[in-house]
This record gives sequence, C-alpha cells and structure tokens, in this order.
Amino acid sequence: MKRQMTGAKMIVQALIDQGVDTVFGYPGGAVLPIYDEVFQQNSIKHILVRHEQGAVHAAEGYARSTGKPGVALVTSGPGATNAVTGLTDALMDSIPIIVLTGQVPTFMIGSDAFQEADTVGITRPCTKHNWLVKETDKLSSVVHEAFHVATSGRPGPVLIDIPKDVQFATGIYTPKTTSTSHYQPQVKGDLEEITELVAAIEKAKRPVFYTGGGVINSGPAASQLLRELVEATGFPITSTLMGLGCYPASGDKWLGMLGMHGLYEANMAMHGCDLMINIGARFDDRITGVIDSFSPKSKKAHIDIDASSINKVIRVDIPILGDVAHVLEDLLKIWKSRGRKTNSEAVAKWWKQIEEWRSVDCLKFEQKGKVIKPQYALSRLEALTKDHDRYICTEVGQHQMWAAQYLGFEDPNRWMTSGGLGTMGYGFPASIGVQMAHPDATVINVAGEASWLMNMQEMGTAMQYNLPVKQFILNNERLGMVRQWQELLHGERYSQSWSESLPDFVKLAEAFGAKGILCSDPDDLDDAIMEMLNHDGPVIFDCLVEKHENCFPMIPSGKAHNEMLMGDADTQNAIDAKGSVLV
Amino acid sequence: MSALKIKKGATSHSAYNLRPNFSDVVERHTLAVLVENEPGVLARVIGLFSGRGYNIDSLTVAEVDHTGHLSRITIVTSGTPQVIEQIKAQLGRIISVHDVHDLTVEGASVERELAMFKVAGKGDHRVEALRLADIFRANVVDSTLESFIFEITGAPEKIDAFADLMRPLGLIEVARTGVAALSRGD
Repeated sequence: MKRQMTGAKMIVQALIDQGVDTVFGYPGGAVLPIYDEVFQQNSIKHILVRHEQGAVHAAEGYARSTGKPGVALVTSGPGATNAVTGLTDALMDSIPIIVLTGQVPTFMIGSDAFQEADTVGITRPCTKHNWLVKETDKLSSVVHEAFHVATSGRPGPVLIDIPKDVQFATGIYTPKTTSTSHYQPQVKGDLEEITELVAAIEKAKRPVFYTGGGVINSGPAASQLLRELVEATGFPITSTLMGLGCYPASGDKWLGMLGMHGLYEANMAMHGCDLMINIGARFDDRITGVIDSFSPKSKKAHIDIDASSINKVIRVDIPILGDVAHVLEDLLKIWKSRGRKTNSEAVAKWWKQIEEWRSVDCLKFEQKGKVIKPQYALSRLEALTKDHDRYICTEVGQHQMWAAQYLGFEDPNRWMTSGGLGTMGYGFPASIGVQMAHPDATVINVAGEASWLMNMQEMGTAMQYNLPVKQFILNNERLGMVRQWQELLHGERYSQSWSESLPDFVKLAEAFGAKGILCSDPDDLDDAIMEMLNHDGPVIFDCLVEKHENCFPMIPSGKAHNEMLMGDADTQNAIDAKGSVLV
Repeated sequence: MSALKIKKGATSHSAYNLRPNFSDVVERHTLAVLVENEPGVLARVIGLFSGRGYNIDSLTVAEVDHTGHLSRITIVTSGTPQVIEQIKAQLGRIISVHDVHDLTVEGASVERELAMFKVAGKGDHRVEALRLADIFRANVVDSTLESFIFEITGAPEKIDAFADLMRPLGLIEVARTGVAALSRGD
C-alpha cells in the first residue's frame, strides 16, 4: 500500500524504520516542520544539545559505544556549518553517523537567503557521501540509502540536506527494503592472499599483530575472532589508539598501545618484527614515525576494507581487501586446516626479547610530594573503576595519551576518543551520547581543562536529561601537549599555551546545578573519586595536577620506533631541523 | 551498460592493483570513470584531485547512458605508480562512482581529442596554413578574408603537433575538448 505523507513525517518515519531510538539536535527555521513531527511522536527521543557541534559528537559517542549509527538533526546555515567539525572527525575515525540538515526552500537556493549555506558543497569533502533532496518522493529512499552507505564498507558520516518546502510537501513513502544500491563493498578477502598470510604465520619468528579501529568497526565478532587467533598462535599484539579494547588489556599477549606515545615494548616489537600483521589499521603518521625507518626488516600483511588504505603510506607484501571478521574467519579456518602450525621455538625466543623490553617498565612514575601527578590520577581512576560497567571518553592532548596508557580496556566499544582529527571538545558531548545509549553505565570523560572548555555549554544538556556523566578534568592550567612541544622544539618559549582566568570549576558545576569536586592533594584523591562515582548526576571533577609534566614515552618527530624518548632526561636536542616541520 | 563495453562490478578486480610497483617514474594514465549522472558528481571527482594534490592533465565528461543515468568521465592524470594506484582507489571510494578503469594498463586503447584553431594571416601564411591543415586532415569550419577556424580530431600528440605548426602562421585562439578514450576490441 502506498503511503502519502509530508516530507517531514517521512524523515521521522524513515528513522523509526531504521531502528533509531535517539536523535541529537538543535532546532531552527529550516527544520521546523521536522521538529513539529518530532513533537507528535513518542518512538524517538530527541536530545536538545547546546551547540550543533555537540550534537554531532554526541551522535559519534552513541555510535562508537553501540556499533549502531548515530543521528543528528540541525538547521540550515550556521547549524550545518557548526556540524562540519563533527563530520570531519567522524570521517577520519570511520564513525557511522547520519546528519540531517534543513535547507532554505528550493526556490530560494542560490539567492543568499537568510541562513542559507551551500551545505552539500561545504560538507562534500568531510562526508562519505551527501545528498540534497529536492523532491519529496525521493526523500525516504535517500534516508534508507544514507543508512546503508554510512554503515557499509568502511563506515563514515553522511549528510542529507532537506529544503523546507520539501519537508512541507506531500509525497509517497518508500519503506525500508533490502538495499538495491550499487554500493556493495567487498567483504570477503581473497583466499589466495589469506593463504599466503597463513604460510607467513606458520614460518614467522618474530611476529606481531598490529590492530586498529577496523577491528572494532567490523563488529563484536571481529574482536572475538581476533582473540581466538591471538590465543591460538601465541603471537604478541599491539593496537592503535582507535583499536583499544579489541584485545583485552589484561591479556598476557597484550603489549599496550603503539605509536608516538605508545609503549616501549610495543614500538620495539614493531621495529624488530619479521612479520607484521596489520588488521584494520592504516599506518597513520602517529604510528609509523619516520617512514624510511619504519619496521625495516618485516614482511607486512594488511587487512583492510578500504582499498585506498592499502599501500597508501607503507608498501605491504600481503594485501587483503575485506572486512576484518570475514577475513579472520577464513584465516583461522585455513590455518587450522593446515595443522595449526607456528614456529613456537622462535616465537618463544621473541617473547623473551619482548619481556626484556617490558622490564624497562616505560610507564613507571613516582608520586611524591603534595602535587598530584596526572599518571597517578589516572592509575587511581583505573583502580577504582575497572570493575564498573565503564565507558571512557577523552578530549585531545596529554590527558588523552595518559588515558590510553594508564587505563585498561577489556572490550571493544568502551573507548571513545578523537584519533584522526584530534578534536579538542570532542569528549564531553561524546560522553553525553554514550550515556544516552547506556543509561546505567559509568561514563567518564577524561579531559584537560582547555579541551573541556571548548564544549562546556553541554553541561546544560547533561543537566536537562539528568545524564550522570563524570567530567574528570586533569587541570594543569596549560595546553599541556602544546607546552610539551614548545619545550622540545621552540626553546621553552611558551607562546599562548597557558590559560589565565580559568573558571572555578566547582562553582561552574554549581551554576549549572551539578556537583563540583576539587582535588589537589594525592592523599584525598581516592575519596574524591569515590565521591564522584557515588554521585547520581553529572559531576565536574577538577583535579589539579603537576603543571609541567611531559607525556612519555615519545617518538619525537622525524624519528623511528627504536629512537624513543623515555623521560625528561632524554629530551635535549631530541628533534632535529627536519623533524621540527612535522606535526 | 552494453553500449559501454564495461563489465559490471569489474572495479575491484581490474582497476586496483594491490601489488603495485613503487618506482619513482612519473607515468601518464588515462582513466575512464563511470559515474552516476547526478548534481555534484563532477565536483566530487575534481574535489578529490584538488584536495589530495593529484594532477589533472585533461578531463572530459558527458552523459553516455541516458536510461541508466550514467556519465563517463575521462581523466588524463600523471603520477608515480603508487600515486596512480591511490587515485584509482580514492575514485573507487566515491559512492557515485560505479567503475574505474585504467585504460593505460588494461590493454590497448584509442584516445581522441577534438580541437579548433583560429589562425589569422594574409598571403603566404594563409596558403601555408591551408596546406598544413590538409596534411593533418583538419577541416575549415569558418573563414573570413583574414582568418580560418580549423577543426581537427586525433590523438593529443597530433593536435599538439598541429598547434606547433600553426603558431608561427598566426594562431590566435585554441579550444580543445580534452581526451575521450575507449579500450580496443571487446
């Protein structure tokens, strides 16, 4: 039966048919018809954010923590342009979100109308795909196609721009059907290539699994298969920032995160391995260090669903185009059928070498005196929350790296951080999205005071919906990572990297009607964290920490994995002129 | 699709070479990109090239399948083999792109371009221009007492050569369509 309805109703109906339960948004003139439909239904919860960037990050947090696409609804013009940072963030980190924007009516497009912007033009490079829908009859099928595109292949953000007259007009609703889209990315890997990887696994003397966000995006089955593969082969495993949780941090094969601020043993294993198995990672520059000296002696295999990721940065020997779960399933099948062989003697020797690197204990620190070290704060947060049903978000900077180093993730989808784009201001709205999806979980945003201020307006959202998100702010009154680079690269000239006139965070919390906790004494820290956890409602935790602490280990710009800085003593002339142009 | 002689779904097998060579030699490749004929699709393709710093030596686009809403974009680009592989993979990622074919590596192909040359002159120059046009099988499509417009079709090298010859004879304006290309045989 053909169903006639308005474009605005179609949007809501299509979202319901797609299984959407939550939309993050902010109304405005060009989306009023859709908001009118939102008002007249009870299937979808609408969360009113305080800034459109917050809506998109919240949708990202929702998506990353559930594996389902997140949805944001904003108005034309400034609503759309404010969404751009979130869209770019989602594109860089392959997060499936659908952003719906209002547009001026079709007959006014191009006339520089009030709150008009060329939204599809502006967002073309920061979406996986976008649509301007000029006919109401096409609206519902575009929404269904948008969900298909956002979630298939390498996931990513999509945007639908909907002129106001299209929302008012009546058309025929197309129900959700199995996709007839020509966009059907290949998920099965080439069996010959997979067999070649199996042969390499059988022979490897110094293997390492290098995993990334692709494992998490592939779904829970991928993490399960990865765990099976790691246990069965006994090979060491490291992960990028985006992949934390795909293998449990408590697992004995776990080397910790790799990369610029990765663990010594992880980076040394990457440098010294003879077989590198990249599963769903993309050889990002934060991972590789200087390309010419990246893992010089290894054979490299790369499993990725995106053909453009393969051989983009690092030349690989065994390319496998496909979805992680599908490829790992075939890989395990073939490896088992060939007798589950590994070179266990050589691998045992490799582990002995790794244990030596591990014994360096690169994350050790000493908490002495009356000033809280940020590492200590995160160690205590880890100790006091690891048994919780816990989700961690972060902002961007030193605190983010310390969180990745000192917090342990046992499962996928528990760690929400802005990896590729490095968006300060991501974490707080993301924590709101996570808490919406997991109302009973402990959701903590590990933040720096500077990042957190970038989207602090979302306190209003947290209060309105009584979302008990915990804002754990490591306050050093500095842009810590900028300060660290100025110390290493710019002769300790700290240009604009400290914040004067910071707010009193406790009073700020109280101004919103939330709870604020100030902690400056290491002896009070445990009690203060418990007070935060036990409070049923949003908390701003102002943790005053050592102001000049640097984040180590660190691969300085222009250096290789085996040239890490382990502490302040190593930093003299650590970066040469060639390295200093890198970011 | 039959009119285009391009097999459906060929993209993942034919255009991408996941085991490319990594030489530093810059190569010229002609790519045939079959796209959905919809607003903004050309901007997606051009934006990819400008955003990622790739070269466009020539680009032509026109609808080739009205019922299937498909347009064919022919791009001549240059880069090292690794860059060419990246360009193809990045093009393949665009949702509106149905197929990417690298005519330079997928067997023999034919390339043609149409150009118009306005040549102004008197006396011997005018006669010589006509004589050369005849040799190049260029047609006169407009004439005044002091100028000709020649129309010429051929491979880009032939058109370059004709332009070189016309320059001293009073060439004042050129319009070129860019390359259209098809692979040979079935």
